[in-house]
Amino acid sequence: MTASLPAIRMNGIQKSFGPVRANRGARLEVGTREIHALVGENGAGKSTLMRILAGLYAPDAGTVEVGTPSGDLRDVTGWSTADAIKAGVGMVHQHFMLVRTLTVAENVVLGREPVRGAMLDIARAITDVKRIGDQYGLRVDPARLVGDLSVGEAQRVEILKTLFRGARILILDEPTAVLSPLEVKELWGVLRRLRDDGATIVLITHKLDEVMDVSDAITVMRQGETVARMETGAATPEAIARAMVGRDVALVTMRNEDEGPRTSLEETPRSPGPRSSLSVSSLVVTNRGRRAVDGVSFDIAAGEILGIAGVEGNGQTELIEAIAGLRPVASGTIALGGRDVTHASVRERTEAGLAHIPEDRHRRGLILEYSVADNLILGDQHHYATGARHAWALDGRRIEANANDEIQRFDIRPPDAELPARALSGGNQQKVVIAREMGGTYDVLLASQPTRGVDVGAIEFIHAQLRAAREAGKAILLVSAELSEILALADRVAVMYGGRIVATLPRREASEERLGPLMTGATDTTRPAA
Amino acid sequence: MTTIAARQRVEEALLPPLVALLVALVVGDILILLVGQSPGAVYRLMLSGTWGNWYGFGQVLYKATTLLCTGLAVALALRAGLFNIGGEGQLAAGGFAAAVVGLVLPAGTPGILAIPLCIGAALAAGGLVGAVPGVMKARFGAHEVIVTIMLNFIVLAFLNWIVASHLHVPETLHTPEMRAGTLPRLMDWISPFHGSAANASLFIAIAAAVIVGWMLFRTRGGFELRAAGLQPDAAEYGGVRVGRVWIKAFMISGALAGLGGINYTLGYKHYYEEGFSGGAGFLGIAVALVGRNHPLGVVIAAFLFATLSQGGLAIHALVPKQMVEVLQGVVILAVAAAVPEVRRLVQGVRAGAAR
Amino acid sequence: MSEIVAFVAQTIRIAIPYLFAASGGVVAERAGVVSLTLEGFMLTGAFAATLGSYYSGSPWIGVLCGIGGGLVFGLIHAVASIRYRADQIVTGIAINLLAVGLTRFFLLMAFDSSSNSPRVAGFGVTGDGGALTGALLRNPLVWFGLLSIPLVAWLVHYTPFGLRVRAVGEHPAAAETLGVPVRRVRYFAVVLSGILAGLGGVYLALDQHQFTDSMTAGRGFIALAAIIFGRWEPVRAGIACLLFAAAETLQIQLQGMQGIPSQFVQMIPYVLTIVAVGGFVARSTPPAALGKGDA
Repeated sequence: MTASLPAIRMNGIQKSFGPVRANRGARLEVGTREIHALVGENGAGKSTLMRILAGLYAPDAGTVEVGTPSGDLRDVTGWSTADAIKAGVGMVHQHFMLVRTLTVAENVVLGREPVRGAMLDIARAITDVKRIGDQYGLRVDPARLVGDLSVGEAQRVEILKTLFRGARILILDEPTAVLSPLEVKELWGVLRRLRDDGATIVLITHKLDEVMDVSDAITVMRQGETVARMETGAATPEAIARAMVGRDVALVTMRNEDEGPRTSLEETPRSPGPRSSLSVSSLVVTNRGRRAVDGVSFDIAAGEILGIAGVEGNGQTELIEAIAGLRPVASGTIALGGRDVTHASVRERTEAGLAHIPEDRHRRGLILEYSVADNLILGDQHHYATGARHAWALDGRRIEANANDEIQRFDIRPPDAELPARALSGGNQQKVVIAREMGGTYDVLLASQPTRGVDVGAIEFIHAQLRAAREAGKAILLVSAELSEILALADRVAVMYGGRIVATLPRREASEERLGPLMTGATDTTRPAA
Repeated sequence: MTTIAARQRVEEALLPPLVALLVALVVGDILILLVGQSPGAVYRLMLSGTWGNWYGFGQVLYKATTLLCTGLAVALALRAGLFNIGGEGQLAAGGFAAAVVGLVLPAGTPGILAIPLCIGAALAAGGLVGAVPGVMKARFGAHEVIVTIMLNFIVLAFLNWIVASHLHVPETLHTPEMRAGTLPRLMDWISPFHGSAANASLFIAIAAAVIVGWMLFRTRGGFELRAAGLQPDAAEYGGVRVGRVWIKAFMISGALAGLGGINYTLGYKHYYEEGFSGGAGFLGIAVALVGRNHPLGVVIAAFLFATLSQGGLAIHALVPKQMVEVLQGVVILAVAAAVPEVRRLVQGVRAGAAR
Repeated sequence: MSEIVAFVAQTIRIAIPYLFAASGGVVAERAGVVSLTLEGFMLTGAFAATLGSYYSGSPWIGVLCGIGGGLVFGLIHAVASIRYRADQIVTGIAINLLAVGLTRFFLLMAFDSSSNSPRVAGFGVTGDGGALTGALLRNPLVWFGLLSIPLVAWLVHYTPFGLRVRAVGEHPAAAETLGVPVRRVRYFAVVLSGILAGLGGVYLALDQHQFTDSMTAGRGFIALAAIIFGRWEPVRAGIACLLFAAAETLQIQLQGMQGIPSQFVQMIPYVLTIVAVGGFVARSTPPAALGKGDA
């Protein structure tokens, strides 16, 4: 515990959004001149807690205090973003809040514009931005349009925004999710300079190596509560992981072994069937001019799960979209059960036996205004239509029967087929998607972030469904940002980086130590043993 | 459906129009008092002049017919997530095409042949005009609101030119009278309707409403259309060709608006006249809005606006009929403002209760 | 030479209402609020100015009243679209209908006519030919109208308010996180558009020295076409206004001669706009948050 007065103190924070309790009595204490890591799994409540600090939400209960320059603690519970900014608290969000059509300088000074008479003093804005950038090592050209910047540069603009407003407390929400390793190092440099200059930094992350690399102290959150606080110097990744997950980490990765000889580390994976169920060859997919998928090839056999690990933004989304038929292919081929489907429509691929759990269920997977029953036939609606060429009346009775059947099999709650999908919780919404995709006949399943934003109970259910599908001889392509999920389910693990598959390992050779560096593009494996 | 979800849907559907009517009543009262009349007397006169006598009721039916068609057109497009502001142009094109076909057919052509041909022409013309914004959006990503507004002017100017330079009866702005394909008036069957313009197109319009309702909610095409309107990304993921849906929806929407043209041409005057629509294309937007984009609601809303319009004439002795136009604007504004507000309140209350 | 001067003078005379309305509309649209209402604002301004000039005998009072009318209607649009988040296309149509209805209603009430008001004082008699140029130069509204575009261009690109307008129309959430009062910026922008478009109507009414039923006759939509064709840039929109006005002048002067029928000339602004929106020439993309209503 630092001897000086804390810069931030939050106590007993409660916050709910409808039925979801994001924070249940969370606590946080951060000293000045400190880089503090706020750690936890997805859905632990870290972002919510920090948004309360930044003034975006007001807590339902609890207190928020920040240190003042004069040395006391000031109660700021329930303050607005404007108050927070004025008091020197700045937040850099995961999804950037930048106006693409304006320049860097314009974005930075927006809301606090330097003026000369009645005119906007852009020249001064530019010099100010340059000055701050040089001071802390944030290299970016103030006159460039934000829309032309790379992700790393855009992030620098976000940080500049807070510094321009005199931020002394900086909150960064998962800043490295979209950065290359080099950019991550640059960011650490910036944060250290800021800290040495007297600032306080809270880093929201779920990546343990980052925590060990750059933080001075750590707070661990789990399911809305604060469960641990430690000094980084005295902590180990295992201790942190244990606190994050609530049970021994080793057990999680070992679970695969306990399920019997088939998944023991010693035995070779199931031998693939005579013909691959899904075959991708030299696939190139472009997105806005650049090659998002740059020559990817793999095969998945029946009864096998291939997991693709990797930091988001390395082409996984485009790969899945291309296989699903939602994105055109620049070159290469895709084959389902031997049939070439490279340029087939979505419907044709469905007919050929492809099922797809999309990574963004609210955008792609569900029509929130439609009932559960209607969502359960989405993609299949022509099979429920009578008349010539499946074009006419929908058979209400069969739709209802299908819905009741799948609601029961997949334990969707509440069990009401007529409810609009938006009335369901995240976990149950995902179950609807899964029931639809996995409840019918298919041979190949694309599962993209299948448990994102889903509560623990539903996660276990979904994982059980995936394993059962593998048992039944389906070929599954699993893409997940959660390495633990890949390790728990996959037979083989491929690592995707920069649009390419940089390694494919059988499960027994795949471990966090081995995969981590591969995921960030490095090829060295000089990570000290745990 | 569970009671909460069902009640929520009903509230979101019915409250806005009711709120709007209330606001309109209040504004109407103010205007009536401004003119020095008593609101009670005026409203009574309005009712007796519309639903209280055969002629008035006939006029209401007549006006409702066109509004029903344009309202359906806008409602259908909105279900597909598209804004069809081109009703004026599509309506005029439909009426014009029907009149021209009726002009070209030899006199004495049996109705069984002539009427479907004329109606077909109206549908085709409206559909053709409607296809333009559909294709422009699907192929070029052009915003349909701008295209439809601009197209209105273009179509109307074009029709003006054709009629003015080639097809008009001297000293007038209308085409010569049709030789075949006219529809009987209601007064031909029910004599108390004598003098009113109501005609058989009413039944065609109602039939259209029924068909549209069936199509939207009971067929696969409707399922996909609504999906594309609610969540195009999910629809695409579900195998729907969203671009094609847009084009088809716009063509059907345009055809529906074009169908409205037969009310004047086939059923009433038997010729095309410039400006016959009387703003029905734009009012169709109001009808769709108040009718909450549901065919049944559109029918009711069409009757409502028709009553208002005819009522304005009926009370002309007491209050200038321009008041009705003001009320129309007020109703639209009030419904538009009420829809998001009601949704916010209804869902907010529910979320709070669930905690 | 005198023919060119006459042409230019006539073009300017036609262009002034477009310039006024387009300058106002550009600000509102850049701030993210759809401006189908320019037509209604213009009509209201025209009528209010007529009333003011009639009862006071002074065209300047008329101008003030016209500004007031535009302001009030702008406020109605702002409240409905921003506070109540009504669909801005629907409110646009509603306001246009309201303007027509209210002006007709009060036209009857005040002047006992359903077609036009009595003659009111304007800024001088506008004749034809050489007299026109002189009359234009003496009409202060002409100067205001010509200045409205550069003024708005300066406002949008060189003032803090303009920066906020541009931000709010593209990414209101980003502006909100920086403490920019998104709603207030939009209110200002919309009311400004009401005032400027209203002035367009004021010019129209005072130029003709009377108010006629529905006298704006779609000019508000031509102004909108100019904005879109000008890719939401004030100066480009102004040039588009002049272009459209020039085409009209040309058609008037060619009247009677065998050539393109007047209806086709009328179509020109609308066809050009469709072309612009279809991206056939250069892609015309609206502000990203246009019509989206929320921050």
